[in-house]
Amino acid sequence: MTYLSKSPWILHYDATSCNGCDIEVLASLTPMYDVERFGIINTGNPKHADIFVITGSVNEQNREVVRNLYEQIPNPKVVVAVGICACSGGVFRECYNVAGGIDKVIPVDVYVPGCAARPESIIDGIVIALGILEGKRNAPKSGTPEQQPMESAQGGGAQ
Amino acid sequence: MISFVGVLAFILLAPVIGGLVAGIDRKITAHMQGRVGPPVLQPFYDVGKLFEKEKTVANDTQRFYVISYFVFMIFTGALFFGGGNILLVIFALTLAQVFLVLGAYSANSPYSHIGAERELLQIMAYEPMVIIAAVGMYVVTTSFNVGTIASFDQPLVLFLPGIFAGFIYILTIKLRKSPFDISTSHHAHQEIVKGVTTEFSGPTLGLIELTHWYETVFLLGFVYLFFASNPLIAVIAVILVYLLEILIDNASARVKWQLVMKSSWVVAVIVGVANLAALYYLGVG
Repeated sequence: MTYLSKSPWILHYDATSCNGCDIEVLASLTPMYDVERFGIINTGNPKHADIFVITGSVNEQNREVVRNLYEQIPNPKVVVAVGICACSGGVFRECYNVAGGIDKVIPVDVYVPGCAARPESIIDGIVIALGILEGKRNAPKSGTPEQQPMESAQGGGAQ
Repeated sequence: MISFVGVLAFILLAPVIGGLVAGIDRKITAHMQGRVGPPVLQPFYDVGKLFEKEKTVANDTQRFYVISYFVFMIFTGALFFGGGNILLVIFALTLAQVFLVLGAYSANSPYSHIGAERELLQIMAYEPMVIIAAVGMYVVTTSFNVGTIASFDQPLVLFLPGIFAGFIYILTIKLRKSPFDISTSHHAHQEIVKGVTTEFSGPTLGLIELTHWYETVFLLGFVYLFFASNPLIAVIAVILVYLLEILIDNASARVKWQLVMKSSWVVAVIVGVANLAALYYLGVG
C-alpha cells in the first residue's frame, strides 16, 4: 500500500448526463457517506486529480473536452464511468449525436452501471479504481509497458 | 546572535508539526460538519502521493519559482525561530509569497492568473497589519530582535491587545481560511478551479503544500510571541487561536476581494494604529 491509494483526488465531469448520476456522485461527498474518510477529495482541477469520474454518454460537443481533461491528469490515473450512459450510452446509445459510452473517447478502467448509480456502488467503483491505480503505478517498474490508450481512442473518434 | 538550535529545530520539526496541524484541522472541520473526516495523517498521505505522481510542469521557470518560494519560506521561519530581526523576517515572508505569485503568473492560464492577482491583493491586505505588529513589539521591548522580544518579562499582549486582535484578523488570510480564502482554499474547490495553485501538479504542488506547513508553524510562532513570557500560556493561546480560526473557517462564507482589502486595512488602522497611539500617550517603551 502506497500513498497513492490513500489519497485519491477526484475530478468529476458531466458529459451529457441527465444530472441524475452527478447528484449521486455529489451525494457520496455529503456527511451521510463522507468519502473524505478515505482521503477522497473532489478537486475540480484535472492537474490535481488521480481519478476521473465521468457521467453521461459523450456527445460530439464534449468529446474533445473529455479527451482534453483526460490528457491533463498526470499519470498514474484511472477513469471511472458512472451510470449506464457512461458505460454504454444507455437508452441514448443509438442517438445520432451521441458517441455512446466514455470508452469510445478515452480508456475506461471501472464501469459502475445503474440509472442512476447509487452512492454505495459509486464508492465501490472508486475502491476498485484504487487497486487499478496502484497497479498502474507499479507497471513501469515491473517492465510492463504502460497502456497506450490514446491511439484506440482516436480510432474510435474517427468513425 | 542567531540560535542555530532554533533554526535546525524549525527546519526539521516544522513540516511534522505543520502536517499534524493540517490533519487535526481537517478532522475538527469534519466533526463540525457532522462527518467522520479523514485520518489525522491524511495531509502526509496527500503530500506523499503528490511526490509519487508524474512530473508535469507548465514551463521550467515555474519549478524555479516554487523552489524559491519553498526556500524563502524556510528562510523566513528559520530566521524567526533563530531569533533574528523581525523586519527581515517579514520582508523574507513577502519575498517568498511573491515567488508563488510569479509561479502562478508564469503559466498561461486565466484561472492561475486570477489566483495570482488575488494572492497579490491578499499580500497587500495583510502586510500593513504585520508591519504594525512588528512596530508595536519594538515600541514595547525597544528591539526588533525576535530573541529579545521573546525574552521580554511581561506578556506583550497586555501592551498590544489591539494589535493582537488585528493580527488574528489577518491570520485568517494567511492560513487560507474562509471568509478570506480568495486566492486558493482548502475547501470549495470549484470557484476559480484552484486559484493560485491551479497550474501546479504532482511534486510541485506537494512542495507548495509543504511550504504551507512551514508557513503555518511560522505564523503560530508569531502568535506565540504575544504570550512568550509564559510558555505554557503561550502554547494554550496558540491552540485556542487556531481553534478559533477553524471555527471562523466553518462558520463563514467567502467574501469578495474588495471587502478583504478594505476590512483588513480598516482593522489595521483602527486597532493597530490606535494601539500604537495609546502606547505613545501612556509613555510605554
